[in-house]
Amino acid sequence: MSGFPTLLYKEVLRFWKVGTQTIGAPALTAALFLFIFGHVMEGRVRMYDTVPYTAFLVPGLVMMSMLQNAFANTSSSLIQSKITGNIIFVLLSPLAYWEFFAAYVFAAVVRGLVVGAAVLVVTLPFVSAEFRHPLWVAAFAFCGSAVLGALGMVAGIWAEKIDQVASFQNFLIMPLTFLSGVFFSIHSLPGFWQRLSHFNPFFYMIDGFRYGFFGVSDVDPLRSLAVVAGFLVLVSGFTLALLRSGYKLRH
Amino acid sequence: MPAAIELRDVHKRFGDLQALAGIDLEIPQGEFFGLLGPNGAGKTTLISVLAGLMRLDRGLARVMGHDVRTGYRAARRSLGVVPQELVFDPFFTVRETLAIQSGYFGLRDNDAWIDEVMHNLDLVSKADVNMRALSGGMKRRVLVAQALVHKPPVIVLDEPTAGVDVELRQALWEFIRRLNRDGHTIVLTTHYLEEAETLCERIAMLKQGRVVALDSTPNLIKRVHHLLLKLRLDGDLPHELLAFEHGSTADARVLRLRSYEDIERALSCVRRAGRRIEDMELVQPDLEDAFVDVMRRS
Repeated sequence: MSGFPTLLYKEVLRFWKVGTQTIGAPALTAALFLFIFGHVMEGRVRMYDTVPYTAFLVPGLVMMSMLQNAFANTSSSLIQSKITGNIIFVLLSPLAYWEFFAAYVFAAVVRGLVVGAAVLVVTLPFVSAEFRHPLWVAAFAFCGSAVLGALGMVAGIWAEKIDQVASFQNFLIMPLTFLSGVFFSIHSLPGFWQRLSHFNPFFYMIDGFRYGFFGVSDVDPLRSLAVVAGFLVLVSGFTLALLRSGYKLRH
Repeated sequence: MPAAIELRDVHKRFGDLQALAGIDLEIPQGEFFGLLGPNGAGKTTLISVLAGLMRLDRGLARVMGHDVRTGYRAARRSLGVVPQELVFDPFFTVRETLAIQSGYFGLRDNDAWIDEVMHNLDLVSKADVNMRALSGGMKRRVLVAQALVHKPPVIVLDEPTAGVDVELRQALWEFIRRLNRDGHTIVLTTHYLEEAETLCERIAMLKQGRVVALDSTPNLIKRVHHLLLKLRLDGDLPHELLAFEHGSTADARVLRLRSYEDIERALSCVRRAGRRIEDMELVQPDLEDAFVDVMRRS
């Protein structure tokens, strides 16, 4: 039998055991965002002409939390294992590089989905959100978390110190998620920034995810899914190549 | 029957450092084998190559006939490694740690064997304790247990008794000896040469990435062509014997002699000088002498 289910289980158990930090904290952060932005903006703007701002904000916050936590799951697990040296237990096992990849990324998806559900639970009482197309919701939730889980692996493999992972998170992941239309529709941006947003893959994750809720979006959801799936293939391929080469893991 | 471990012309370089410079070694199944050498000789690198933690630049490495690169799954299933560093995962208890390690090897219902390993390493009372809360010695036991969860035919211990108290050391060797009697091949690196001398049937000595001596333990010791004679006299060492002086202990002088005939000559020297022998001890060479000799000559 393969060691993949055990590695997946271990990676899930790892974040589950510290759930206050890994699930509770992001849910609280999202609730605070909703409370503050909702309070300031509510009644001033309607998105897509019909959606109240607070309702518009919820899917964005859910997706943002999923993406950031999926990234945090793989990157922090890997860098901690590398620094403490216990990565050796996985490296000594007969697990193939692709099983290693799949276990870490699926665990990141589980973390993303659990955090997403937690954010929904704490924010939904304050808004009346709809689930027009639940399958689109699921597809973008899965793909988005998987992309960020794989990116977290790249960061975790590459980094040698915890602050290098933090830089990756603070200077790349955070800006890209914040500028992806969590808090606004890109149609409210000036032309240049609107065009630039189309080069941000995170924008398609959030826009497509939001389509699942309201049935309206800035971009055709099929196109968004194609972009996100394409990006997933690209990032996964890169991560798999790193793992296969043993880069910074098997010297 | 394939060799437990087979290394052919193994090279490994880190930048300017040639860590392994052409290692050839074959360890048959069932042997208790020692890998000795000063720090930086390449022992841990060699183990890492076998375990797939490092990739060799040139040559061939096999575990139970399985190439560590092309047949890595079978090779790693055949190998249990106790790493030198005291590493652990702080998220889990002892039992969880062992169940997870077992699962990595695809073994799900392995509780009976895990219990047996824990029992043998005196870990049962700590089964549900978090790894963080264990003492260094206990963590070391868990490392040994982790290397054994998949019942590997070949077990490699990289300095397993560094910083370990006498009681655990003895219990550990008792257990490892039993595994060896049951047919497991044991490869051991240690700085405690008396341990290697009592445990290992055959020993390889490494220096600067090369095997500089490889023989059975008694043969390696036989190669040492000197004896040590400890003498406590009622006065100074006679002048003629100063050339043989090897060192001194708190109350005796130690002479290094080439043969038993030299003892007679030394004693007659003492007699001629009119000294009285208060105490005398002949020290047979041991593995440490062999080790120092080999390292000096190579």
